[in-house]
Formats: sequence, structure tokens, C-alpha cells
Amino acid sequence: MDNLKQVKHLYARAGFGADFAQLHSQRNWSAKKTLRKLFKESEEIQPLAAITENLDLRQLRKDAAEGERKAIQELRNQQERSLNAAWMKQMSTTNAQLREKMTLFWHNHFACNIGNYYFQQQLNNIQRTHALGNFKTLLIAVSQSAAMLNFLNNQQNSKAHPNENFARELMELFTLGRGNYTEQDVKESARAFTGWAHNGKSGEFVFKAGNHDDLSKTFMGQTGNFNGENIIDIILANKQTAKYISTKLYRYFVNETPDETHVNQMADVFYKAGYELKPLLEFVFTANWFYEDKNVGNLIKSPVELLVDLNRRFYISYDNPDVLLQFQRTLGQVLFRPPNVAGWPGGRNWIDSSSLMYRIKIPSTILNAGIIDFAGKATPEDEAYLASQRKQQFNVIKRVQANADWNKFLEGIPLKAQREQVAAYLLEPPLNARIVAEVNKAADIKIMVIQLVSTPEYQLC
Amino acid sequence: MKRRDFLRSSTLASGAFLIPAFLKPFETMAMSAVSGYKNLVIIQLSGGNDGLNTVVPFGDDIYYQKRKTVAITPNEVIKLNDIQGLNPNLSALKEIYDQGWMNIINSVGYPNPDRSHFRSMDIWQTASNSNEFLSTGWIGRYLDSNCQTCQNPYTAIEVDDTLSLAMKGSKMKGIAVQDPNKLYQTTREPFFKDLMHGPDNNHLHEDNLGYLYKTMIETYSSADYIQKTSKTYNVVAPYPATGFGNQLKNVSKFINSGLNTRIYYVSLGGFDTHVGQQNQQGRQLKTYADAVAAFVKDLKQTGKLDDTLIMTFSEFGRRVEQNASNGTDHGTANNVLLFGGKLGKAGIYNNAPDLANLENGDLKYQIDFRDIYATLLKKWLNVNDGSILNAQFTGLDFV
Repeated sequence: MDNLKQVKHLYARAGFGADFAQLHSQRNWSAKKTLRKLFKESEEIQPLAAITENLDLRQLRKDAAEGERKAIQELRNQQERSLNAAWMKQMSTTNAQLREKMTLFWHNHFACNIGNYYFQQQLNNIQRTHALGNFKTLLIAVSQSAAMLNFLNNQQNSKAHPNENFARELMELFTLGRGNYTEQDVKESARAFTGWAHNGKSGEFVFKAGNHDDLSKTFMGQTGNFNGENIIDIILANKQTAKYISTKLYRYFVNETPDETHVNQMADVFYKAGYELKPLLEFVFTANWFYEDKNVGNLIKSPVELLVDLNRRFYISYDNPDVLLQFQRTLGQVLFRPPNVAGWPGGRNWIDSSSLMYRIKIPSTILNAGIIDFAGKATPEDEAYLASQRKQQFNVIKRVQANADWNKFLEGIPLKAQREQVAAYLLEPPLNARIVAEVNKAADIKIMVIQLVSTPEYQLC
Repeated sequence: MKRRDFLRSSTLASGAFLIPAFLKPFETMAMSAVSGYKNLVIIQLSGGNDGLNTVVPFGDDIYYQKRKTVAITPNEVIKLNDIQGLNPNLSALKEIYDQGWMNIINSVGYPNPDRSHFRSMDIWQTASNSNEFLSTGWIGRYLDSNCQTCQNPYTAIEVDDTLSLAMKGSKMKGIAVQDPNKLYQTTREPFFKDLMHGPDNNHLHEDNLGYLYKTMIETYSSADYIQKTSKTYNVVAPYPATGFGNQLKNVSKFINSGLNTRIYYVSLGGFDTHVGQQNQQGRQLKTYADAVAAFVKDLKQTGKLDDTLIMTFSEFGRRVEQNASNGTDHGTANNVLLFGGKLGKAGIYNNAPDLANLENGDLKYQIDFRDIYATLLKKWLNVNDGSILNAQFTGLDFV
């Protein structure tokens, strides 16, 4: 694979894609050099600060007055919109691409869906701060966050009546994966986490000694007066945790179907590095297998990746960012609202009849008022459809209110660039005869670009 | 005749859109074949519905001993016999039950039960053993079996925006349709139609790109048909104004318009009641019962109830003993509810759950859920259940 292809692939996976000008200037760079730049740019940690007030959601209870409930609900919805918009904007504009991409990974790995957006923002910032750091530090910070303590009911986990929800998900979803612990392990470790709670106002972690069960527990063959941190240490000492995280990262960055050999290599690196993430990621992004053909252009972008990719390539700004939330809803991935504790299943699960058709229509809706010019032979029905689309274009523009910087986009394309080169830049899978035919039929570059981002190929990275 | 010309002429003949003919034979079943058409409606309650507070064993003292604060008191229970009765939020179903259109199967589960939502849901949806991981769903494999009446993606419709694993086979999959008109509108783009029959078909590989194109092709063949057929019928019966009520109303529209669909799949979530169970579960059960009662009465009115079977399940029941947060934790066996105009057996199918004989505090299952699937496949859909379930199950006699 030539350098340009490697650089492009690396940006598509370790980040959200590079713009044309950047790719062109780095076309002779090695993967290693590009990776150093990606890490360097991700040293900066820019926390989200959209939410400043921790709303008292107890006013949402049934016995509250109708007016009060409505008012607080409206405030909460407003917070959801601003937090969502703030993160979308950050992903779409930041230079710290790798950090944001990993934050998105942890957002799904440590999936959390609660109505308190002040706590959600805290959790998101924890995931961003430790995104490229140490997994154990991250795991403890997440487990002690108000958001997760709430979401997995650890607030209700007490000595007298242990609640197993957190202990189970800790092992099933955060560390070991199913089948690597027993029901007894769940029961015993739940006791170790009793007393883990948070301050209702600030969200800060508090340990309530009176609620903690300090008697002996037997967990994974070891017996002692374990507390929560002890349990996490035992879980991390088990190499299965390194393997489980490596598998998930492999599916996120390399291929939906894990390769046993590659994953084992990753787990070795991760475990030996004491769960440091940077050496693991460096290993993946410099491995030969990462650049093999079968691992290029064959991952289905998540809806958020699809939107961010589009925003970055066309430098899009939104007068009304709520429209991005609407697109997320339509495509089945609303940030901060994962369907359940396991997060979004991803891959082919993003695709079904409805979502696929929306996915290929959304780029033209954002970039060109929903119009995809058509050079082929149109039937009367096609003509009628196209006419109706043109008729409503002002409505579409009014609703979407997105501004793409076409000048900047077109300036980034080198003068001598062939149409097929532009196509190869926009699409990750190799160009085939159908795409080449469409590319050569298009009346001009802009029409061609709109068509290219409206293909199934553009859904892949 | 050139391939393209052939496609155009077959398009004219069928009124459908340009689909490569080798991929999708145009299936237009004569309307006469539609009479006596059997429908199966599956309702999934996600999160693990507490079956013991749904069909309440009020006649069993152990129930009250184990559930000091979350039990339904005997005077609230809608009594069905001396032992079991319905949660008061299911009051709309009483009338349905009295008509003989409802059947309750107690203690349904499987060996070595899994208490993870996702895993247990996968087991129910793929009809696997608990130590077996399958990537196809049982309805998907029904579609794959290529029986005479199950050759189109719209043979199985999920009224939702996304498709569940249950609906995915290895070759075929069902289609997710929340709003038929919206789906139809998305397929009108001339550029998209052009993309689907370019100069080569090398893109139809097994990789993700091939998967995207195949999905697109199936969507075209189904969207047109579903839209044109379903718009011929308007639902007149009243439905509760809930999301779930609307979904069942859509199913009614599909069934009554004569859509050649055999299986409908609908879900209702919010049943993971670790905390403050009574309010939360009560709310969800009411949403469920009000919509199902409206649906059953609607179908009775339109003469379709005899050709319809409705099955409700959840991925697991909950532990017999409540927790300290006025909730219940993940358990095992659970009840399955059936509705239909022609049930082989109405009322309560088998004995109430045995609360005295538990396994680690959980109910022991008495009926394997795959015996229910086998019955539905064999006796209701008339297909070979063994090859779809990869095993022989005796089946039950509720049909």
C-alpha cells in the first residue's frame, strides 16, 4: 500500500478523516510519522463545559405540581440539546481527533443513559481525560462517577440489601465479558461495592462506611475483606480483561470480525504495559495487518461518525445545531442516550431498510438542500420527483440551516487532480466500475461530490 | 432481449421498481391465496418483565412472604382462579380473557438460564441453547427456509425503526417499517435507482459493501409494495394514544389491508424494575394491556381475529424475593401470554409457578420456550419446525 493510502486509512480510523489539503501535504509521510502527529495533537484535553447547573430532578416526581414538572422537563431537554451540540461541534472541529475518537469509544463501552446531564457531562469528561491514559484509572473514575453509580443502581447497594446491577455489568460489559465469572462472583463482589455513593449536588464520590459490608468475601477463588478497589484489582489481574478490551478495540478500529491472532497480540501488549492505552493503540496503528486490504474501507460508520466525517470534510457549521440531534434520532444513535447498558451494538446493526435510505440521503440534505442531480435517463416519474425536490429546497434549507464551506473544500483539491482522485479521497472502499461510471457522468465537480457522498460506499470507513 | 430491457418490461408487468431479476423474483400472490392467511404477532417486553406481578399468584402465601412491599394485595388482583389473577393495570384484558381469547402459559424458560438482558434476549431471539451463540434469529431462519409463503422481506415486518436479531436470517431478513409512507418516499431518488443497476454487480459480495447494496435492493422491492397495499385501508377502531398503541394500530392496518405478511414484531421497553417497581411496571403494563385489548377487539370487528395469533414474551422473569429498593432483580422463568380468536386452549394453560420449589431463589422452568416456537411454526405457520429450530420439540396444544 502506498503512503497516501496508509495516511488516509489511518485518519479514517484513528480520527474522523483528514481533509483533502492535509492529505495532499502529508502524502509522502509514513504511518509512524502521521501517528506521532495524531498523538501530539491529542495531548490537549478540552473538557465539555456546556452544562453549568445540576438540576434538581426530584421535582419530576409524580407528586410535584404539573407546572413545576413541565418547567424542569423543559430545562432538562435544553441541557440535553446543548450537551449534544457541544460534543458534536467538538468532534467536528477539534485537532485532538484521536482523543475524541477514543472518547466516543468509551462513551459506548461505558454506556450510560440517565436524565441528569450535569452528571452525564462529568462522565464524558472523565472518559475524555483518560481516553488515552490508563485503563484502570479510567475504570475506577467511571465506576465512582455519579452518572454510573446512578445508572447501575449502586446508590441502592447496601450492606443489608446488596444490589447486584453494578457488579454484574462491571464484569459482563466493562472488563471480563460474559462467561468469565460465576453468579456467585456477582453476588460476592456486589457486597464489596456497598457504600460506594455520590454527593447529590456536586456528584463527587463518597464512601459511606456505614453502608459498606466489610465482612469476608470469596471472589474468583480469593478470600478477603475486599472493598471495591480490591475487586477491580483482581479483575484486572485476569488477562481476560486485556483480551476483552482488545477485542472491542479491534472491532472499533480494525474489523468487525476479530482475528484471534491479532487480538492476542494486542492483549499481550496491553497487559504487559499495565493497561496503558497509548502503547496498545500505537501497536495497532503500526501493525502491518492494520493496513491489509480486507481491513480498509470495510467498517460501517456509526451515525455519529458519518455526520462528523461530513462536517469535517465540508467545514459545516450549523445555525441550528438541533438538526444534528434530529439526524442522530433518525439514524438510531443519539449521543448520551444509548439503548441500554451494552451500548449500541454497531456494525451491520446500524443498517436496516429505513436507516440505510436515510443515511444515503442525509449528506445531500445537509450539503445541497436534498437535491442529487441526475445525469441518467429520467422517466416521467423521476422528473416529477426531481421537480418536487427542487420545489421544496427552500424549506429544506430553512430547516437544516447548515453552511458548508464549498470554497475551502474546492481550494483544497489540487488543480491537477483527476475526478477519480477526488472520488478516491471521498470514499474509503476501492473504486469500482459503477462508481467510476457515475463520476464520469456528473455535470461538474460539485454535482459529482454530492453524488459520491450519497452512495453506500460513503457509509464505510 | 438485453438484460436492461428485460428488467424494464418486468417492471411494467409488476408495477414494482427496477430490481435485478436474478436477485428477487417478483412475487405477486393472487388475492385468493390471501383468504385464510394466518398472521403471527409477536410482542416483546424488554428489560425482563416481572411475571409474578403480571399474573399474580395471590393464592400462594410464599408470594406475600417474599414480597413485603412490592406484592399486589389480594383485593387489588383481578382474580382468574383460586391461585392466580391479573395485575390491576391489566384490567382491559379481563374482557378478552372472559371471551376465551387469551391463554397464559406459566413458567416458560430454558435450561441453565442466563440473567444478562442481552444474552437472554439473544437466546430467546435466536432460539439457541444457553451455551450456544447463534447469529441468526428464529424468524430469520423461517424466512431462509424458503417456504412457499415466506419468500419476501416483507413476509416479516418489525414495526420499529430498527430490525431485531430475531428477524435476521443468513440469506433473508425481515424489514423494519415504522411508517410505510416515509420509507416509500426515501426510495424515489433517481440517483439511487441508477446506483442499483450499474454496469457490474461485483459489489454484491459478502462484505459490508455487498450487505449495504443487498439491503438497498430489498428495501426497494418491499417499500413500494407495503406502501401501495397498506394505504388502501384505514383503521377506524379506537386505540390508546401511546407509541405502543400506534404500533399495534399500524399492525392492524397492515393485516386488514391484506398485506402478504405473516409475522409482525413489536416491542415495548421499560420493564427493568430494580427500583420502585410498582409505579414503573404498572405504567408499562397499562400501556401494554390497553393497546392489546384495543387491537384484539379491532381484529374481532374486522373478522381477522381467527386468523391472528399474538404472543407476548420477555427475556426473563424476575427473582421471587424482592430487593431492598422496592424492586426486583433479574430472574429466570416467566409467563408467556397468547391471544387469538381460535385458541386450542383458553384460560390458564398449566399450573401456577411453584414458589416452594426454587433454584437459588429463582423459578424453575416447566415449559421450554422453544416448545412454543415449535407449535407456532408447525401448527400455525405450517412449516417444518425442526429444521428452523435445529432440534425437535414436542410442541404444545394451544393452537
